Amino acid sequence: MKLKTFAAACALATTALFGTAQAQYSGDVIKIGIITDMSGLYSDIDGQGGVEAMKMALAELGGSINGKKVEILYADHQNKADVAAAKAREWFDTQGVDMLVGGTTSSTGLAMSAVAKEKKKVFLAVGPATSALTNEQCSPYTVHWAYDTVALAKGTGGAVVKGGGKSWYFLTADYAFGTALQNDTSAVIKANGGTVVGSVRHPLSASDFSSFLLQAQGSKAQILGLANAGGDTVNSIKAANEFGVTKTMKLAGLLMFINDIHALGLKTAQGMYLTDSWYWNRDPETRAWSRKFFEKMKRMPSSIQAADYSVALNYLLAVKATGTDDADKVLAHMRKTKINDIFAKGGFIRDDGRMVHDMYLMQVKSPDKSTEPWDYYNVAQVIKGEEAWTTKAESKCALWK
Amino acid sequence: MEIFGIPLQAFLGQLLLGLVNGSFYAMLSLGLAVIFGLLGIVNFAHGALYMIGAYTAFMLTEKLGIGFWGALVVAPLVVGAIGVVIERTLLKHLYNIDPIYGLLLTFGLALIAEGIFRDQFGVSGQQYAVPDLLQGATNLGFMVLPNYRGFVIFASLAICIATWYLIERTRLGSYLRAGTENPKLVQAFGVNVPLMVMLTYGAGAGLAALAGVLAAPVIQLTPLMGSNLIIIVFAVVVIGGMGSIMGSILTGLFLGLVEGLTKVFYPEASSIVVFVIMAIVLMIRPAGLFGKER
Amino acid sequence: MSDTTDNRSQGAARIGALAVLAVLLAAPFIGLYPVFMMKALCFAIFAVAFNLLLGFTGLLSFGHAAYLGAAAYFTGWLVKQAGFSPELGVLVGTLGAGLMGLVVGLIAIRRQGIYFAMITLAMAQMVFFVWLQAPFTGGEDGLQGVPRGKLFGLLPLASDVTMYYVVLAVFVAIYLGVIRIVHSPYGQVLKAIRENEPRAISLGYDVDKYKLLAFVLSTTIAGLAGSLKTLVLGFATLSDAHWSLSGEVVLMTLLGGMGTFAGPVIGAFTIIGLQNYLADRVGSWVTVIIGGIFVACVLGFRRGFVGELLAWQKKRQGGG
Repeated sequence: MKLKTFAAACALATTALFGTAQAQYSGDVIKIGIITDMSGLYSDIDGQGGVEAMKMALAELGGSINGKKVEILYADHQNKADVAAAKAREWFDTQGVDMLVGGTTSSTGLAMSAVAKEKKKVFLAVGPATSALTNEQCSPYTVHWAYDTVALAKGTGGAVVKGGGKSWYFLTADYAFGTALQNDTSAVIKANGGTVVGSVRHPLSASDFSSFLLQAQGSKAQILGLANAGGDTVNSIKAANEFGVTKTMKLAGLLMFINDIHALGLKTAQGMYLTDSWYWNRDPETRAWSRKFFEKMKRMPSSIQAADYSVALNYLLAVKATGTDDADKVLAHMRKTKINDIFAKGGFIRDDGRMVHDMYLMQVKSPDKSTEPWDYYNVAQVIKGEEAWTTKAESKCALWK
Repeated sequence: MEIFGIPLQAFLGQLLLGLVNGSFYAMLSLGLAVIFGLLGIVNFAHGALYMIGAYTAFMLTEKLGIGFWGALVVAPLVVGAIGVVIERTLLKHLYNIDPIYGLLLTFGLALIAEGIFRDQFGVSGQQYAVPDLLQGATNLGFMVLPNYRGFVIFASLAICIATWYLIERTRLGSYLRAGTENPKLVQAFGVNVPLMVMLTYGAGAGLAALAGVLAAPVIQLTPLMGSNLIIIVFAVVVIGGMGSIMGSILTGLFLGLVEGLTKVFYPEASSIVVFVIMAIVLMIRPAGLFGKER
Repeated sequence: MSDTTDNRSQGAARIGALAVLAVLLAAPFIGLYPVFMMKALCFAIFAVAFNLLLGFTGLLSFGHAAYLGAAAYFTGWLVKQAGFSPELGVLVGTLGAGLMGLVVGLIAIRRQGIYFAMITLAMAQMVFFVWLQAPFTGGEDGLQGVPRGKLFGLLPLASDVTMYYVVLAVFVAIYLGVIRIVHSPYGQVLKAIRENEPRAISLGYDVDKYKLLAFVLSTTIAGLAGSLKTLVLGFATLSDAHWSLSGEVVLMTLLGGMGTFAGPVIGAFTIIGLQNYLADRVGSWVTVIIGGIFVACVLGFRRGFVGELLAWQKKRQGGG
């Protein structure tokens, strides 16, 4: 018996040690981390590429800041909010992480934002789309960097409605992002005199869209609005073609990345509108940077990956300028400084945490117009600065009054 | 034209899709029932074998250029062989102990398979192209049915009937059934029971893989496709009762149709309707609709 | 598989148990991350609850996460949205899980053995899909931002260290409580049912009632684990009700030792620790490793750590 419980004590202690990381707090190392989807349906648009992009930023700054080492951590949240929140908390508590980058998925973004607010650490949301991050759930420690559902709605939603698509049916991913995107787009549709006929929700990473598409077809709406992303969007579009939905309805992909177009092929995707925060082929500067990325990852960067680079760069520059990794001081500096890099020109951070910059309404080229691999878009319209985002009047953020 | 306020197009369309799902339920519950009948093992790995079958077809096409029709033959053989290996090395130790260990071991195998494929392929899903012969869709008037899905219904029905015939109407099948009832006696008659058991598990695995190959063009391949399905198949098997082969087939198809119907009238409940029916059946007829109390 | 009542061994067992308790009491001050320890303790409670059903009654419930998840959601919602104080939230959540256990138990008890396992799995999956759809759970987003509040309105639980000791206290209480149940006359009947059910029936016991009570007790305590976990981590999500968690608790119990007291606790700490350690390093291979441990345990390690240790000790004492 004695042996048994002694063995139990040993086992307990040993296994408990598995669970602890070093309980030291970083003093001399600047630690930045990214928690994103590394293996799931959003892994192409961020994932390992996002980590590489951040490393590129660090390399540009010479690998260290004011003599201090910089460490880049990464973890996979598998699109689960609890995994993201637990990892964020662990990093802040035991690893001394100073800045957290939020990779894809709105639910994880909201969860990590809450943890960062509690721990008073910097959270830069890149991948999550939900506009709630700068509205109901805004926080003094969160900056929403790349894009959000309001910009998507005003961009693609507005363009399609103005182009004549007045009646809509939504196919929506059943979580925070899908809901936000559907709501924001519906507002734009109604503001432009259109109607929303109905909607159906599908589980995240659904395997079969056939029954949802049947329902959509039955609605007799003109436009099928796809309030989903990544693999879900690709599969919805493929299934819509398979079931002949595209013969009676036009598809509006409310969130699409270049990787999705690559997966679909220009033949299927041509003519579709999409709103994005960045395009690799936009100008010589972005092209040069993208080719460097291509050498490492063998594909062109998505806007999220470019934004990962941008947040790392701007954060580290702010740390360099202020000489500290104290969250409040660094954020104060970032709010005073304009963002001028390959991602955005003349960007700035608003009181509600929104990083304001231009957005691009683009249309997918037809196969004959594409001159090289990944040359997929024509820029139809540049949506300048403040026009793309939530206005002060619409804002639900307590910090921006 | 409307039925209970739902346009006929939507109604029949969902029923047809439900029939497709039902075909998969039927094929998988059939394999599960056969394995349980002869080995006494509840094969949680059945879903994983289905998944491996689909991925094998994918890899055969990607790496070796073997098309869909070739994969229909090769993949079940490959997975059947894997099944035989599993039976010989792992399962045979479990026949004389509590059946829960069989469930737990196959559960572990399912996790291993899922983990390996997740590591290799990620969770995001691969696409498998519909074979050229079956591309396109037929306008049936009330809906546009992709030809491939029609093919799936016919193919799976054919496979189920063939398996039923093999087990219920042939001599080999009678050995199988006798071996289930009384292995020692059958062995005394000179039938090589261990060999039969091994081949049965292999055949069950092959059947699951065949379902996987058929499913590949319909749903996107993910390492999770098996585990999501196997739990529903468990419910199907409990409802149908594990005693009868025909019972498994009919129950599977029936439940697919019910699911389709639910999607028309009350879509939110479609994911749980099978389980609700299971609960009801258990209250009224615990042995299952076609089952014999074991 | 029962502990002997030999006086000398009992004394030694008590010393051993005190040693473990000392380690646990000192944990936050010897560098163990409190949040991890709390999570492990919650799952230890879960495994102890599960073992009551599997190890001591012989019933394999393959969908036990449903009760952990249910209580997690109930407590989360009550504390966050309805402003309940933590102890009330935990109480109601736990009772809710027990009630769910009663309903499922009534349905599942009609079949034996392996069917029982399959039915509990299927029912758990049904409940999972209900949570997926129900607005109050937040579906894929989960129930986030659950505050810890003040225990009995007096003791603020925000500090990880304070919360840790509360969780530890509950864990010790449950551990001792389960020992008490198993050694009681009721527990003896359960053991009889596990060993030889037909004989128990022939002796006049209404085995279904005994089994149902064991099931409800087990699901209630599992619910307690879920409620506590929600307060510790501040959220309740679909992972808490997923079938993979149901499988993991089986493994914890099997690995640690079915039908022993310390076994499930050791199993829980091992699995949680392993997952924590490996998750970043090997990614998807964690699942493979868990599956591999399952296979290895079933084939060659059915008695688990504690079971093997006890058997080895008996062999050494008894000389065969």
